[in-house]
Amino acid sequence: MRETFSTDDLQPAAGGGLLHRRVLLKAGLILASAGAAQPALAAAGKKPAVESDLAHPSWTREPGQPFTNYGLPSKHEAAVMRSVGANHDVPGNGVSWTPLESLEGILTPAGLHFERHHNGVPAIDPAQHRLVIHGLVKQPLMFTVESLLRYPMTSHLIFVECGGNSNAGWHQEPIQRPVGSFHGLVSCSEWTGVPLSILLDEAGLDPKALWAVAEGADAMLMNVSIPVEKLMKDCIVALYQNGERIRPENGYPLRLIAPGWEGVLNVKWLRRIQLTDQPVMARNETAKYTELLPSGRSRMFTFVVDAKSLLTSPSCGQSLSGPSVYELKGLAWSGRGRIAMVEVSADGGASWTRAQLQDPVLPRCFTRFRAAWKWDGQPAVLKSRATDETGYVQPERAALVAERGRHGYFHYNAIVSWGVDAEGKVSHVYA
Amino acid sequence: MSMRDALLAAGFVFGGAVCALSAEAPKLGIPISPADVAAWDISVFPDGRGLPPGNGTARQGRALFDAQCARCHGAGGRGGTAEELAGSTSPLNGPDPDKTIGTYWPYATTVFDMTRRSMPMHAPGSLSNDEAYAVTAYLLFANKIIAEDFEINRESLPLVKMPNRDGFDRIDAP
Ligand code: HEC
Repeated sequence: MRETFSTDDLQPAAGGGLLHRRVLLKAGLILASAGAAQPALAAAGKKPAVESDLAHPSWTREPGQPFTNYGLPSKHEAAVMRSVGANHDVPGNGVSWTPLESLEGILTPAGLHFERHHNGVPAIDPAQHRLVIHGLVKQPLMFTVESLLRYPMTSHLIFVECGGNSNAGWHQEPIQRPVGSFHGLVSCSEWTGVPLSILLDEAGLDPKALWAVAEGADAMLMNVSIPVEKLMKDCIVALYQNGERIRPENGYPLRLIAPGWEGVLNVKWLRRIQLTDQPVMARNETAKYTELLPSGRSRMFTFVVDAKSLLTSPSCGQSLSGPSVYELKGLAWSGRGRIAMVEVSADGGASWTRAQLQDPVLPRCFTRFRAAWKWDGQPAVLKSRATDETGYVQPERAALVAERGRHGYFHYNAIVSWGVDAEGKVSHVYA
Repeated sequence: MSMRDALLAAGFVFGGAVCALSAEAPKLGIPISPADVAAWDISVFPDGRGLPPGNGTARQGRALFDAQCARCHGAGGRGGTAEELAGSTSPLNGPDPDKTIGTYWPYATTVFDMTRRSMPMHAPGSLSNDEAYAVTAYLLFANKIIAEDFEINRESLPLVKMPNRDGFDRIDAP
């Protein structure tokens, strides 16, 4: 049996009732629940309102369903889905968000991986798809998908985050949406494929090749420039996601994966890599994915994803079922490497204590963190703050806005604050 | 030697029953000729490399814009269900900056490229080069960057200096 709390454990580690992270190993923590005023059933050990023979449910007394060729989630989990925000004139233009509040661990199921499409998901026949590598190379080459499947492969367990993720954070007023529909343009998968360096070596890089233009085979022919140094260092031409061939909406059959760099560089439906001496200055590296500063100048080629964290539970729209000891849990990630530390605060940032990082803690991958919090029923403001292995510390919103203004749109990575009111309702606040 | 290096050095080829040992990674890329590359290469660089033959003026482009673009981008490109493309009134360093082609875009070549590559959204790739030049000229004219009868072609387009050409600082790349 697990240990339960001792009075010693309930000594605060920081203001607002945060407890030492060793408490996590003991029994008795409860979780915030989604929606309004649902009692924490399991934790409270209460019986459901409708009595039935729980010891002998019908499914133990009749044969179950036969095998399926491809499994789907339980019908009882049908509410766990991506939320979609699309242009009604162009239904394939927009995004869908990963429901971060409904997921645990660090891997995003492929069917819930966020989407950003400019003009829909192309219906690619892999037999008709080619990857062309040309430009400043000794020998321009064309690869079939089938031939790429025969190369040595490597895997990265990494997050992909859209540069536009969390952009509602720049709004004047805090947006009230579930955490996934605000910060869910980030997902984490195992991506497997051919190191791009092998293919570039095969084509033979000209020393003048400093940039490459990567292009996708969608109706946008989405293209973007990326430094060759990055391609040679750790980019892959991915064919698999979480062990299976990449889903159409995630880039089937080929996706460029640029670990730790903003989503738009991870070109889906990859069909062409052109080696050049300069960036092509595509629309998605000039008009978009650049950040306007208050001075009127703009940041360009902001490739690296800075460290970020957020609490997924409790989070906006959820509620606490009364004073008790709660588990705080969330996700942290950094495009620069490993997460070194996540701190949590229950008093709006006046004091902090370290959260427990759950293994594995991998570079440029989601890291799950947990902390214990004794809520006394008073209004509170919960925050988390990530520090990565380079020493970069996730900024407070006020500091980020002071530096960047509110019109940069991209790369919002400020500390996220959830307000808890006396009824236990959780909302998004700026604090 | 790492596992990966070892695998690469051994030159494993996965697939079928074959696990051939050779000195290098498999070389399965099919050489293609410059002529074949041309069919794929639609990149347009700021210095004009990649621009096709053809030409157009804003006067010619206006009707095309009204017919093919305005339903999403609004009359005169003033914005609709899709981005505002022209008609900014507030400066980039003001409290409510308005980013349009005229105020924000650093290169005129990008307007041609985006239009030819991706627009109109319901029929991408359907514009001829002349049409793409004409509608580019119209967008530059609507942003008060060129005159209505100025001819846009592969020589003149890269020479159009955009107002915000020097407004960008490169962060993670030289
Ligand atoms: C059916 C709607 C639709 C039509 C018609 C359409 N567009 Fe667009 N256009 C869009 C959408 C949506 C976007 C934003 C694409 C994205 O999200 O990446 C866009 C983006 C653009 C952009 C980039 C804007 C920016 O600020 O980044 C340009 C330039 C453009 N369109 C030009 C045109 C031209 C020229 C035409 C006519 C030939 C046209 N569009 C027709 C929907 C449309």
